[in-house]
Amino acid sequence: MNVKPLSAPPAAKLTKQEQRKKDLQKLLHRIYNARQLYLIILIPFIYVIIFNYVPMYGVQIAFRKYNPMLGISHSPWVGLANFTRFFGVYNCWRIIINTLTLSVYGLLAGLPVAVILALGLNSLRSQAYKKTIQMVTYAPYFLSVVVLVGLLTQVLSPQYGLVNRFLELLGMESIDFMGSASMFPHIYVWSGVWQGAGYSSIIYLATLSSVDPELHEAARIDGANMWQRIWHIDLPGIAQTIIVLLILDMGKVLSVGFEKVYLMQKPLNLQTSEIVSTYVYKVGLTGTADLSYGAAVGLFQSLVGLVLVVTVNQISRKVSETSLW
Amino acid sequence: MAALTKDGNPIRNKIRDPLSDKVFFTINAIVLGIFGLMVLYPLIYVVSCSFSSGYAVITNKVWLWPVEPTLDAYGAILKHRLLMSGYLNAFLYMVGGTTVNLILIVLAAYPLSRSDMPGRGFFTFVFMFTMFFNGGMIPDYLLVRNLRLLNTRWALIIPFMLSAYNIILVRTFFKSTIPTELLDAAHIDSCSDLQFFWRIALPLSKPILAVMVLFCAVGHWNGYFRALLYLSDSDLYPLQLVLRDILFVTQMPDSILMAMGDSKLEELSNLQQLLKYSVIVVASAPLMILYPFIQKYFVKGVMIGSLKG
Repeated sequence: MNVKPLSAPPAAKLTKQEQRKKDLQKLLHRIYNARQLYLIILIPFIYVIIFNYVPMYGVQIAFRKYNPMLGISHSPWVGLANFTRFFGVYNCWRIIINTLTLSVYGLLAGLPVAVILALGLNSLRSQAYKKTIQMVTYAPYFLSVVVLVGLLTQVLSPQYGLVNRFLELLGMESIDFMGSASMFPHIYVWSGVWQGAGYSSIIYLATLSSVDPELHEAARIDGANMWQRIWHIDLPGIAQTIIVLLILDMGKVLSVGFEKVYLMQKPLNLQTSEIVSTYVYKVGLTGTADLSYGAAVGLFQSLVGLVLVVTVNQISRKVSETSLW
Repeated sequence: MAALTKDGNPIRNKIRDPLSDKVFFTINAIVLGIFGLMVLYPLIYVVSCSFSSGYAVITNKVWLWPVEPTLDAYGAILKHRLLMSGYLNAFLYMVGGTTVNLILIVLAAYPLSRSDMPGRGFFTFVFMFTMFFNGGMIPDYLLVRNLRLLNTRWALIIPFMLSAYNIILVRTFFKSTIPTELLDAAHIDSCSDLQFFWRIALPLSKPILAVMVLFCAVGHWNGYFRALLYLSDSDLYPLQLVLRDILFVTQMPDSILMAMGDSKLEELSNLQQLLKYSVIVVASAPLMILYPFIQKYFVKGVMIGSLKG
């Protein structure tokens, strides 16, 4: 292992060389003692190299013009041509903005709903009622994306859809929700809230259960009403959790779930529903698959994600002393 | 807690809820109830549709409960060949993928939990980095192609099964539940690390492993992305991909439509509409039936995750 021992302050009158030798011996001894641990970690280590780091190495095709005859490492270099091509595409900014819209909107809508749901559940008096609501709100989390979008399509269908029939009852025109570009972000985000709010609330609920009940007792005695107690006791209690989750989510703003968006896409709503990952799939793997170009767009997405996670983490560490590392 | 009034009641009972709090509790309960119904209603509606007659669904007669109940839609499912093979494939990928998931998680998490392993920081970094950066869809695809896994069942079982997040979760569990004294004692009794891992650490970590199995299995069962990328032979499709074809892609070839009479055609289109509801039900049924029993494991998993924070 290429791990150097920390140089300890010279003890007694050992020369530097002797000291170093001693340290090295100690280290080798520790490595020898841990040999079976290395054996255990060997399989996942090899695995992660093959399946995670080899693709990272393969990312170089983003800077080449991929030629299947020549393979990844022999295709000609083209520098940043694939990247400039993407930024030259007429709808490039449209795609980036769509992606950001979906993720930021999703975050802004999903987070408060989950937090409010958790605070609400936490303040319920009846445990049985709390259990029931929890059980019901977790359910959609276990539906697959295909089923969720299928359900949306059925419920929102202009002919048979439940929602449109309610609209008709109210004397309104039926709307082709799934085929509307302006509706797309709302449907995407709020169906996500519908599916995920219950599950996302678990973590806040868990954190809330560790809030000291004596704080509530004391506040009650001091005449604080429920609103004040939630605002001044419960909310600060989960603030740290909110921040950590926010950091984790920030890294994903450009990697909005491919699965759901791809299923919801229709020619009619592409204006707002084309996002980076679906674009990568289409240009890279379908039609006249241009692997290099697709890889370049994908790399752009990964890099932005990495930069964002590091930045937000750094900011959060300064501002609130909460960070991932 | 300890303070009691003269009649022996805890003092806390003496503080009555002010009116504003009573209002709050009532409104809170009502709002949550409405939210619960909003979640529940579409689910019930779809199930009801799948049990109603095609005619009732097309003429918008179903609101809550099944109308003119039949099992037609479910009969149509049995005739769908790909749906059956999809079920089987999905099961295969779920079992295979989860096994690989689990092996990797356990083998990586245990050594990383041992602070006496030199180079732990290096290994941790190697695994954690995959959480924040990856090659992306295309390099992944090329790797699968170069390994000649494309369009084989192995493509959904072997590659990309390492989840750094789950490794952290299990590592945290190992760290917090296995006391170092236990390890020291085992070492004194000349128990090797491999033996300790196999005989003591693993059996002690059964609760977290159950959580992992469920996390991974649900993910495999519900996903379609990898199948879409790596499989082209429809006989290998997992359920979700078959489902996608039925729900979003299926268009009867014109030649077949032309050959049928009008009444037959209408019947068919009714049935197709119905089939969409019943496949949704059939595909979700296993998890919808199971999740009330497994949800506590998910809650546990999320809570362990929050420990790491």
